[in-house]
Amino acid sequence: MALLEVEDLSVTFARRGQRAVHAVDGVSFSVDAGEVVGLVGESGCGKSVTSLAIMGLLPKQPGLRVGGKAVFDGTDLLQLDDRSRRDIRGRDIAMIFQDPLSSLNPVIPIGLQVTEVLTRHRGMKGEAAAKEAAALLDRVGIPDPKRRLKEYPHQLSGGMRQRALIAMAVACQPRLLIADEPTTALDVTIQAQILELLKELVRDSGTALLMITHDLGVVAGMCDTVNVLYGGRVVETARRRPLFRQPRHPYTVGLLGSVPRLDAGRGEKLNPIPGSVRDLLPWPDGCAFAPRCARRIDECVGEPPELVHAHDGRSYRCVNPEPLPGMVPAPREEESA
Amino acid sequence: MFRFIVRRLLQLIPTLFGLSLLLFIWLRRLPGGPETAILGERGTPEMRAAIRRNMGLDEPILVQYGRFVRRMIKLDLGTSTSTKRAVTTEFIERFPGTVELTITAMIIAIGVGIPLGYLAARRRGRFLDHASVGGSLIGICIPVFFLGYVLKAIFSENLHWFPSSGRQDPTLGATRVTNFFVLDGLMTREWDAAADALWHLVLPSIALASIPLAIIVRITRASVLEVLNEDFVRTAEAKGLTEQTVRRRHVLRNAMLPVATSIGLLAGGLLSGAVLTETVFAFSGIGAFVAEAIGQRDYPVLMGFILIIAVVYVLVNLLVDLSYSFIDPRVRVR
Repeated sequence: MALLEVEDLSVTFARRGQRAVHAVDGVSFSVDAGEVVGLVGESGCGKSVTSLAIMGLLPKQPGLRVGGKAVFDGTDLLQLDDRSRRDIRGRDIAMIFQDPLSSLNPVIPIGLQVTEVLTRHRGMKGEAAAKEAAALLDRVGIPDPKRRLKEYPHQLSGGMRQRALIAMAVACQPRLLIADEPTTALDVTIQAQILELLKELVRDSGTALLMITHDLGVVAGMCDTVNVLYGGRVVETARRRPLFRQPRHPYTVGLLGSVPRLDAGRGEKLNPIPGSVRDLLPWPDGCAFAPRCARRIDECVGEPPELVHAHDGRSYRCVNPEPLPGMVPAPREEESA
Repeated sequence: MFRFIVRRLLQLIPTLFGLSLLLFIWLRRLPGGPETAILGERGTPEMRAAIRRNMGLDEPILVQYGRFVRRMIKLDLGTSTSTKRAVTTEFIERFPGTVELTITAMIIAIGVGIPLGYLAARRRGRFLDHASVGGSLIGICIPVFFLGYVLKAIFSENLHWFPSSGRQDPTLGATRVTNFFVLDGLMTREWDAAADALWHLVLPSIALASIPLAIIVRITRASVLEVLNEDFVRTAEAKGLTEQTVRRRHVLRNAMLPVATSIGLLAGGLLSGAVLTETVFAFSGIGAFVAEAIGQRDYPVLMGFILIIAVVYVLVNLLVDLSYSFIDPRVRVR
């Protein structure tokens, strides 16, 4: 059985007097124990909202409706009361965020921000907690951890801050780690280090990782399974290799095509997908990608496309998918990691 | 830290120097000159000349200013023209009352304002929020003296819960040590005297607290609302911390920064508010005394009051800056 089974998750923001916005619309995917799963898409596709809904961290506001299921180890997280949810958060499921500076409390030393997790979930206090916190910082590759514990976030570099956040997240050896664009705010060289660290932690501890990203390079380097999101729906799910080798959904094809390649000929243009996620649909029910899709046919308008389960364990939501064999060659993984 | 405090205290010197210059010019520029201020309109030319000679007003201006500064340094602020006593003595007797009053008012404003502002933010859009925001608007609008009279009419004249005037029941015959009546009572173990002095403080300090309270409620509310949306609060929630820990450690502390600044600015205004409050409650602090001095054109007293306000303002803002660096490590002083 899967560790996390998200079923038909939907998140709707309905402001009074405004049209309801379906930020997430029937998303289903699963994460097995120890697996690295990617949730990929452009900004605004609902990937962050999905992760926040699973964690129960969506800002409370009138008109917010969360539907569906998110079953973690047999319990539906969405049905839990606030207390049990807090018990699970940080202990069984941990999360790291995009911007490490704003995600750390500026007025509290790093040490306390690490030990407070240990105190909350592992009952550690005082000297023992400080020792464990130093060990955690050491494990995520922060040099001189004892001194760093006394320092404040503004005294650390961007990469160190993200490492500190990772240390807080893995403090209780969670079974699932959700990383929401963990490298977006960092320098390229630091990005690689952080990804390497995450890979290492996942490999050593058997923690499952849900990697939320817009960066296909990250996906190629890390993920076992990839879910491509578009307009609040999962449009394609596949293992990494087949996805890169033979994408079926035109959106996935477009995503792969818009990645700049180092081996492209001079003057060769990038192939961006025309339009943007926020393009309004003239038809509310059809395929959300249709307005930007090169393979649009009449059937795309009207009924929402059903999820097609292909024989090789892949699934996609498209009535006119890219034919096999795929048109985009697989990327060389060593290079993109 | 120590060097910071010393540096800030040294900043007092140019501040006071500038102030002394302003005060000096002000005194020389009084309508009809200082002698008219003392004699009134009826003085004969001979009397005027005598006073001018007595006060050294016939000497060169720089000499006069030098003497003025020298006296200020020796804390000799001259003699009150209405009570004929040294201004310094008057202030030593009365200033503690005002300090007691403003400190109590500040405790009320902070003690009530911060929790109320915080709760309003947490219950945003609900009854408590609307009530406290609306209430604080009323608090800002109502003049202090009016609120003072209303409180007095209701709670002392009708209900007889609190005394209507004074700082302490004189029949108690309390011992004076520092002229801080509450403190005196505690120091001499005259508990009834301390309690009585505290009792006398309730109504005036509530009246005086109304405006700072209203401002603190609003600033706290706005600041908490802002902090609640910060990423680090989400991180704290993601760690599964209890709501209490998230609030205290992560929300409140960060929300206190703008509140601390506003408290510093409000503290100075409180001293001016005290003038009105003390007059309404016949509370013998510096405020009531100064109010009278304004009417009497008692310039030495007014000058002393201005000096005290300036010093208090600088000191309070030093405290605020220190608290700031205590709250926020990014502005921590070394």
